[in-house]
Amino acid sequence: MALLEINNVSKFYDNHNALQNVSLSVPEGSVYGLLGPNGAGKTTLIRIINQISTLDTGTVSFDNQLLNPKHIYNIGYLPEERGLYKKQKVGDQMVYFGQLKGLSTAEAKLRTEHWLHKFDLKFWKNKKVEELSKGMQQKVQFIITVLHRPRLLILDEPFTGFDPINAEIIKNEIRTLKDNGTTILYSTHRMESVEEICDHICLLNKSKKILDGSVKALKLAHSKNLLELVYDGQLPEWIEALSHEQTEGEQYKVVFSAQGKDRSEIIKRLANEVNIWSFRELVPTIHQLFIDKVEEVNRA
Amino acid sequence: MHKIWLITKREYLSRVSKKTFMVMTILGPLLIALFYAVIIGLAVNQKTGEKIKTIGVIDHSGVFANSLINPSKMNFVYADTERSDFDGEVDGWLIIPKDFKLEHPQGLVYKSTQTPTLDLQSKITGAVQSAIKNKKLITHGLRQSFLDSLNVKINLTTMQINEGGALSNSKAELNFGLGIAFAFIIYFFIFMYGVQVMRGVMEEKTNRIVEIIISSVKPFQLMMGKILGIAMVGLTQFLIWIGLSGVLMAIISVVFATQLGDMHTDKAASDVMQNQAMPNIINAFFNLDLSFYGLIFLFYFLFGYLLYSAMFAAVGSAVDSESDTQQFMLPITLPLILSFTTSFSILSSDPNGTLATFMSIFPLSSPIIMMVRLPFNPPWHELLISMAVLVATFVLFTWLAGRIYKVGILSIGKKPTYKQLFKWMLMK
Repeated sequence: MALLEINNVSKFYDNHNALQNVSLSVPEGSVYGLLGPNGAGKTTLIRIINQISTLDTGTVSFDNQLLNPKHIYNIGYLPEERGLYKKQKVGDQMVYFGQLKGLSTAEAKLRTEHWLHKFDLKFWKNKKVEELSKGMQQKVQFIITVLHRPRLLILDEPFTGFDPINAEIIKNEIRTLKDNGTTILYSTHRMESVEEICDHICLLNKSKKILDGSVKALKLAHSKNLLELVYDGQLPEWIEALSHEQTEGEQYKVVFSAQGKDRSEIIKRLANEVNIWSFRELVPTIHQLFIDKVEEVNRA
Repeated sequence: MHKIWLITKREYLSRVSKKTFMVMTILGPLLIALFYAVIIGLAVNQKTGEKIKTIGVIDHSGVFANSLINPSKMNFVYADTERSDFDGEVDGWLIIPKDFKLEHPQGLVYKSTQTPTLDLQSKITGAVQSAIKNKKLITHGLRQSFLDSLNVKINLTTMQINEGGALSNSKAELNFGLGIAFAFIIYFFIFMYGVQVMRGVMEEKTNRIVEIIISSVKPFQLMMGKILGIAMVGLTQFLIWIGLSGVLMAIISVVFATQLGDMHTDKAASDVMQNQAMPNIINAFFNLDLSFYGLIFLFYFLFGYLLYSAMFAAVGSAVDSESDTQQFMLPITLPLILSFTTSFSILSSDPNGTLATFMSIFPLSSPIIMMVRLPFNPPWHELLISMAVLVATFVLFTWLAGRIYKVGILSIGKKPTYKQLFKWMLMK
């Protein structure tokens, strides 16, 4: 069931269209990747969902209701450009933002303690934010985003500026939240982390949606049916190599098309003629898919 | 409303708990008190410390015959010959030539080692003039005793006719002082805290806190919360200042009371000022309807600040750096500075004239100008119109500023033009 339904949404500014008839549906409990190059319209769409900007045409539904001001209590938003009050104490600031998201003072304090403990920040509770390292500040920002236990968590480029250790901590936290039923909308223009995190993706380019669906289905649909073989020996003549190179020692790597052929038949024949070191299907990465699709659209 | 309250509370507490707030709040009245102490101290020193000058008079003509009357702080001594050794007994020599006549009073010379002050010169010429006048009157048959009786002192008691014809003691000096004080405090408050609003908005924008906040609250709530929070900071500071200043001024007046008391007795000329005017001012002050003034003051104080700080917030939201604010600050500060400077001429010329009436109703100048006019009893209907116009303008401007603010806080990068600001106002 979809928690968030975007239906034919457009947004115009004076001199350009920020979004053109974008529709997408974010299933409850999924990690949904919102992908696209800079300026594709990701942030505009996120601001509309957060009710920071208004839309010009179309509708947005949250939990089968048209988006309304009450929904902000169910949404947590970590913007790409994010900051904190430098002169305010860490603990006070967390409680304040919790209150703004509708928590009672007591509840906000309780949850702040819990998270400070969890992220090993207890010592810093009464320090000013400016005394914290950048990594710690980012942890604080993450806590502020999830303190009110939102049903939908929107993360805009959450890993920019994180060191690998903190990035791993946050990734684990995102997984835990997902396991507890939180729906996560993850916006990025960097594809590396997408495959390990996202179930579903949507590609935006130049204010239009160009692709969406589950990661598995997309990969299958865009598979080019290529096989990669690493072997040593004499390459059989019936293989039409698309690329062929020596890797190490007597080993060679060859890529060829399996179009119209039976794969088990290929393996049987190969096993008789060469020593097989590895054999696998070349599945397109989301990264490759993204680049291909953007180029295809730009050509058209 | 709950959210505006949360924001107001944060703005208030974060500012009040700052060290600079404490320092300014304590040091402010100390500096004011110190300022007064220095001025009063200087005045006291000048009056009591001024030396009596001794002027040697050599009258070759014999016209005056030792009859020059000593002005204050000056003694004339008479000699036959000018001594060349300026031994300190005389400060200078006044030489009256042989051919000096009442009908032809020319050729006076003053010699001294130091350049004489204008004050000293006018004292000497004054003494000679009145001596000549007296001589002439006596030669025309008037007696000395009659001439003495011509010197009388007049005190003018000014009365003010109130509605219904009742008379009360006029309080022109007090009114003037109050007018200046009101104008200054409101001007100072709007400027100081308006700029704080602007800085606060810019801080949130450039620190990129704003996007997190406005995903929880409406931009208008954030703006109003900030403006109200800072207003409360200002009121707090102002109240503390009034309290502290009162205490310090009391201490100072006790310290200087004795010295001032000495002054009264040794200088007859100041009697009018000291014995008559001072009690009048004090009496008048306590006759004022202070609670009425206080309430009106609070009204203009708050709404003037609210009106201007909404505009300051809009400017803060539109720019990324302090240096970019200059261009947009000018149209805001211009009416403020203009009304502050105009207030002096309005006070000294016509507090109920056409210009004063217009400026006390025009909302951008009314907080200052109406407060300046208040001690001079402006008509009731003008006061009410002025207040109504101010509130209406406040609502309109805050609404417009809120629209600029909403777009501005999310626009990072190029400084907008006035045309763009106008577009932002109309954007939905």
